Parts: sequence; C-alpha cells; structure tokens
Amino acid sequence: MSPTTLFAALLMLSAAAFYFGRQRAFAIAGKAGGTRHLHSRPTYYGLLTALWCGIPALLIFVLWLGFEDKIITNLVIADLPNAIRHLPENRLNLVVNDIKNLVTGNIVAAEVDATMQAGAAHYRSLQATSNAALAVVALSLGIVGAVGVRSRISRTLRARNLVEQVIKYILIACSCIAILTTIGIVLSVLYEALRFFKAIPITDFLFGLKWSPQMAIRADQVGSSGAFGAIPVFLGTLLISAIAMAVAVPVGLMSAIYLAEYANRRFRDVAKPLLEILAGIPTVVYGFFAAITVAPFIRNSGSVLGLEVSSESALAAGLVMGIMIIPFVSSLSDDVINAVPQALRDGAYSLGATRSEAIKQVVLPAALPGIVGSVLLAVSRAIGETMIVVMAAGLAANLTLNPFKTVTTVTVQIVTLLVGDQEFDSPKTLAAFALGLVLFIVTLFLNVIALKVVRKYREQYE
Amino acid sequence: MNKADLIRAEEKKTPKRTIDVVRAGLAKRYRAEGRFKLYGLGAIIISLLCLAILFISIVGKGYPAFQQTFIQLEVFFDPAVLGQENLSSANFPGLVKKTLRNMFPDVKGRSDKRALYQLVSTGAAFQLREMILKDPGLVGKTVSVWVPADDDVDMLMKGHFDRKMSESGGRLNNKQLAWIDELSRQGKIEKRFNTIFFTSGDSREPELAGIGGAASGTVLTLVVTLILSFPIGVAAAVYLEEFASKNRWTDLIEVNVNNLAAVPSIVFGLLGLGVFLNFFGLPRSAPLVGGLVLTLMTLPIIIIASRAALQSVPPSIREGALGVGASKMQMVMHHVLPLALPGMLTGTIIGMARALGETAPLLMIGMVAFIVDIPTGFTDPSTVLPVQIYLWADSPERAFVERTSAAIIVLLAFLIIMNAAAIILRKKFERRW
Repeated sequence: MSPTTLFAALLMLSAAAFYFGRQRAFAIAGKAGGTRHLHSRPTYYGLLTALWCGIPALLIFVLWLGFEDKIITNLVIADLPNAIRHLPENRLNLVVNDIKNLVTGNIVAAEVDATMQAGAAHYRSLQATSNAALAVVALSLGIVGAVGVRSRISRTLRARNLVEQVIKYILIACSCIAILTTIGIVLSVLYEALRFFKAIPITDFLFGLKWSPQMAIRADQVGSSGAFGAIPVFLGTLLISAIAMAVAVPVGLMSAIYLAEYANRRFRDVAKPLLEILAGIPTVVYGFFAAITVAPFIRNSGSVLGLEVSSESALAAGLVMGIMIIPFVSSLSDDVINAVPQALRDGAYSLGATRSEAIKQVVLPAALPGIVGSVLLAVSRAIGETMIVVMAAGLAANLTLNPFKTVTTVTVQIVTLLVGDQEFDSPKTLAAFALGLVLFIVTLFLNVIALKVVRKYREQYE
Repeated sequence: MNKADLIRAEEKKTPKRTIDVVRAGLAKRYRAEGRFKLYGLGAIIISLLCLAILFISIVGKGYPAFQQTFIQLEVFFDPAVLGQENLSSANFPGLVKKTLRNMFPDVKGRSDKRALYQLVSTGAAFQLREMILKDPGLVGKTVSVWVPADDDVDMLMKGHFDRKMSESGGRLNNKQLAWIDELSRQGKIEKRFNTIFFTSGDSREPELAGIGGAASGTVLTLVVTLILSFPIGVAAAVYLEEFASKNRWTDLIEVNVNNLAAVPSIVFGLLGLGVFLNFFGLPRSAPLVGGLVLTLMTLPIIIIASRAALQSVPPSIREGALGVGASKMQMVMHHVLPLALPGMLTGTIIGMARALGETAPLLMIGMVAFIVDIPTGFTDPSTVLPVQIYLWADSPERAFVERTSAAIIVLLAFLIIMNAAAIILRKKFERRW
C-alpha cells in the first residue's frame, strides 16, 4: 500500500469510527430514554472515537515516513560489498545516490553494475516490506483505538470534555510550531556553521579581507583558508542596503507625511493601495527589472557622463531595492504618524505654527521612535533581500564603496554557494551556512530592537 | 529722506512688536510650507512613477510573447518513412526537412540546406509525431500543418531584429531572409496565439518553452502550503487569542511569531535544506518540500491576521455564548470562529499571494533544476513560476527576454486576482460591531 493510499485509508477509517461511535451513543441513549440522558451530545462520542482512531495512527504514519529513508539507506549500505562500504564518505554517498536514482527510475550518473542493481533491488524490497508493515501497524492501531473507545462508551463517559481536551492539545501543538521553526533555523544553520568554523577560524571569517570561495576547492592552493574573509561581502551588503535606504527613507517618509497630514480622503484611497502594490510585487520581478531595464540605463547614462559604470553596479541593485522598500517605510510610518494624538497638532497650531512647522517640530519628534523602528525593519528587509541582488548585483567580492562598481552581498553568496552541486564536507558549501548564521543573527537583532521600539512607542500614546 | 527710510528709522527707534516679526517672516514660512507639501506630493509621484515604469517596461516587453510565428508546411506522410513497425521512432525530422526542400526546390548545397532547416523549430518533428500517433490513418496523405518557427524567425517577424544587420553578425543570413519573405508572400507564415507558452514545460528552445510545467509545480506547491498553513495558523491564533493564559511561554510564542514574520526568506531556505532535505531525507526539487518551507514562511502572516480577526469579534458574543451554557471550546468553535473566518481567509489569501511570489527559499531546496516534464505528483521534480522567471532571465536568447516578461505578466495577473479576491472578501464580510 503506497503512503498516499494509506493516508486516505486512515482518513476513511476515522470517518467510519466517527459514525460507529455516534451510532453506539444513540443505541445507549435509546435504552436510557433519549439523548438527554447522555453526558454529552452523541456527536462528541463519535468525535472521540474518531480522534482515538486517527491520531495515534497518523502519528505513527508521520514518524515512520520521517525515519524510513534513513533506516533503509543504512540497511542497504550495511549489505553492500566491503569494497564499497569502506569508501570515503563522499564517494559512498555518490553510490547511495545512484542506487536511489536507480530505484526511482531517474537517470543514473555512473555505470550501473551488478552490485548497484543488487543494492537497488534490496532497497526496493525493504521499501515494500516497510510500506506493508506501516500499513498493518497504522491500520490495526486505528482499529484498536476505535474499538477500545467504542466499548467504553457509556452514559456517563465525559466525551465532550475529553474531546475538548484533545483539541486544546492540538491547538497548543500548532502554536508551538513557531518556536520549533526558530529552533529548526538555529540548529540547522548553527550545526553546519560550526563545522565551517572548525575548518576556518571564526576570526578569519569575520575580519578577513579577501573572499574567493570558488578558488579554495583545490587543496594545494596557497592560502586557501584566507579566501573566506567575509568583510568584502559584508561591506557590499551594507553599500547596497545604504543606497536602498537612501532612496526608500526620504521618499517613503515624505509619502507617509503627505498621506497622513495633507492628502484628502479620495487621494488617500487611491494612492495608498497603489503604493501597497509596490510591496506586493514579487522580488524576482524587481530583479528582472533591475537587470534588464535599470542597469543598462544607468550604464548608458554613466557613459554619456564619462563615468565608467559596471553593468552589475551596486547602484542599480540598490535603487531598485529602494523602490521595493518604499511601501514598507511609508505604510509603517503612516501608522506611526496617525497614532500621534491630534491634541499635539492642535497645540502647535494654536501657537501659530504652520502645518509643516507642526509636522517638523511636533509630530515628527513625537513619532520619531516609531519611525526609527520602521526604518530598522526596512533595513533588516534590505539586508535579507535576495532575488534583486542575485539577478542584478555581481559575484565579485570587491572591497569598495564605489556605487558604480560591482559588489556582492551575503544573500548572493549564499545562493551561489548552495545552488548546484553541494558537498557538505567542503568549506565552500558550509561557508553559506556561516553567512546564513550571520544574516539570521543580524536581522534577528534588528527585528527585536525595532519591534520593541515600536511597541513601546504605541504604548506611550495608548 | 523718502518715506521708506522714515519708516525704517522709526522701526529702529521703537522696540519691535512680536506681530511685526511674525509678519516679516510669514511669506518665507508660507513658501517653506508650500515647498514641504510639494516634497510630499513629489515623493508619492516618484513612487507611482516607478510603479508605472515597471509595469510599462514589463508589459511592453512581454505582450508579444502571447503570439508566436508559425509556418505552414504541406507535409506528405511518406509511407516509405513511416512504414516501420515502431511509428514513434520513425524519422520525423527527416520528414520536416524533406517538406522544406520540396517547398524551396532550388536550394542546393549543404550549408544552404542547413540554413533552410533552421527556419523551422525542432519541435515541428515532435508535432508531426504526435499527429501520426494520434491518427495513424494519416500515413500516405498530404496534410497542411502549421508548425512553430524558430525563435530567430519569430524575433524577426516581431520586428526585434534589424534586417540590415543580418549579413554582419546577425542571426539570420540574407538567404534566410529571402525565404521568409517568400513564405510571407505566399501567406504561409503568420503570427498566431501562442498556446505552447501556456501548455508546455521548459525547453532550451525559446519557441518551445512554456510555463505549463512551472504553473503546475506552483499549484502543487501552493496546495501543500494551503493545506498545512491554514489549519495550523488558525489553530495557533485561536489558542493564543482565546485559551492561552498570559505567561512567559505565550510571550515567547508571540515574540517568535513576530520575529519569524521578519526573518529573511532565504533563511527559511537554509532551514529547508538543513532539516527537510539533509535530516529527513525528503526528495530534492519536490513540491512537497517547497510547500513545507513556504508553510513555515506564511504561518506568521496567517497567525497575525487571524489574531486580528479574532480580536475584532466583540466580547459580548463570547459572553452570550457562555451565558446560554456553551463550554469555552463550543463558544469558540460555534460562535467566535465563524465570525472571524472572513478575516482569517483574507489573511490567508494574502499569505498565499506572498508564497506565490517567493523565489529565494525554493532555490535552496533545488527547485531550480531544468525540468522539461510537467509534474503531476507532490514528489515529482518540479519548479515554480517565479523560479522559472529567474531561470529564463539568465538565458541569453533575445526570445527568452520576451518569454520572461510574459511569465511575469501571468504571475502578476494571478497576484492581482488573489489580492482582489482578498479585498472583495474583506469588503463583503466586513462588519462593524
């Protein structure tokens, strides 16, 4: 039985269990003289039966599928001839991959020989056994659960309370997924990053001035460990983010001020959704726009002015990223400015301030913490933005602050290091996780501060 | 001494009144006021201008891709070629070439012939094969077939190539140009609606490449995302809003949810690579894994929106339900949740729209492979629409720029539909208590 059909079978079994549980409750109630003599409504008895039928079986199902592949792979490896088993780990992985490809019917990289055929056959038979065993275990568990609950159904069984208890646990489990996600991120990134720092000292990574991970593949290369200095990458990220913020903060802030203080209702109703559209456009579209339209435009206008502009200049990526961030700054600042109490404005007007003076000298200082928070959030978004820079910024890690030159960013490096062949034993691939760790920590730091500032500011005027 | 000087002398003598100082500065202050207002308006105009330029440049580049140049061939399905046992492996490219030679009998010489064959897409042979496999009765008959032209011919017909360039480094030579002119004189070359673009998978040949595979990958991925993220997100929001007592643990969950909403998407890709692929051994490039990663990404959005929807249900509803004897769970399930559902759905649609446009995390889990087949299952290797855009954007052919823009138009159209649905839903079910 394939996992999909088993899943469907389990669902159908639960539905049947619901029906039987409910019927049982009706039968008992009939003898006692009507459903009002039951502790709970009959539906709850049905639900209880269904839950006890479905949940244990589904848990087994998920866990089994989660670990099935690992166990089968290890069994297959254990059965391979000694000559293959004692290969170095990465060669062994290649063989295992080929066997798996053989099993799924994909194209196999190496020549298919008898041992691999045998391995694949072994894999297939183990998988069939495992699937059959899973089907037996899960279905019988479901039936046992359903029958067990059904036999315990009585007038006094507190079915509703039990069902509600189970549902509450499900709700708690769902809300804990957020925490699990964070833990998952930290563990997965940290684990590989620590392996990277075993090969490359952390100080070399954080303070080194030369970044060229591609060249470090060759073991005989002089100073191959020195090629993982991430300063040029960090500096490139900062440069592009700074250009983006130089576009987004003034434009976004002035838009927010105009929308909040000057615009009439009709203008606001039209302009605000249009600005939000900018936030809804996928970043890959911005990337395409930057690479195909903006970058050539900047290069051409640069050559007219006699400037030498690279075709993958930091300016193009930064400008387009700035456009993308405008709505973040403007909508957050708009909320913040609207939250400033009208009394403050009225006070300023009564002292004879013009509108702009009231805004500049009263409203903005009052809203400053919130604006700073929204700018920090925007900075975090700029640092973590990927597609625009992947498509419009370059790969060369130049240590420069010249916006017309090519620079690279943390996210670009992560993508280039991880797309394509991955070898989880070379610092080249692991470096991506180290960069990911830095990215996660920095953005986390910015987000926590920004959220705290914004929250504190909101409380101030509430 | 004239009058003005007198007044000035007067002013020097008497101390200045505040009102005079104010009046003197008034014009300047009003000018500053006007300037400030103008800056604000300018900022909005700049933003909207950027939006307009973006749309115009993409639509302008992309709309021709919805049409494709086709060439009419009079194909004689030669029984000598097709008379074998195995029809599907017959020499269909040879058939196309023979037909072309028959159309231009005076073409001699190998290089000229090769140039002639280049006018028609390599997909023509596949098209003929499919016709024959569908209807073997065609063997021995002459049929007039419209086959896709090569992408260079297509670009020429759409006016992207300068004809004068052709001899010096252009992609079509003068002879080919003459043949194309001859074809258009006979009415055997024309632009038609490009169905290939919507139905076929990826291809190295621009004229055969389509978004069909990517679109079906997107649908599969989003189905996984929706099935997982909507119930989990709603459940988490219900717990946090209705059941959780205010303590350290719920605070921790809240901080986590808010942070995850702002974590860069590529970090979720690293999570998917580290946990789902390396630890659990799930297949690479599969919509299942893509859906899982996007679920984790959209969950915070759905949770935050759902909590806001729950908060907007007035307490009187809850008290009324409790008052007639409902348990807390019944109160939530029977009364609060149905009232909050439109708001939750709106949040979910917006989350789905975000997931639809997401690219970076999917690059990490291998959904960037070149995949020709159209995926049909949750574990088939596949790609999604934004990744397809990214892949095509890297291709050097001029025709791919057009396809990329067209794919973007399709993507944006879907996004607009989804967001419009969210807005309509909100307008329709919005309730003021």
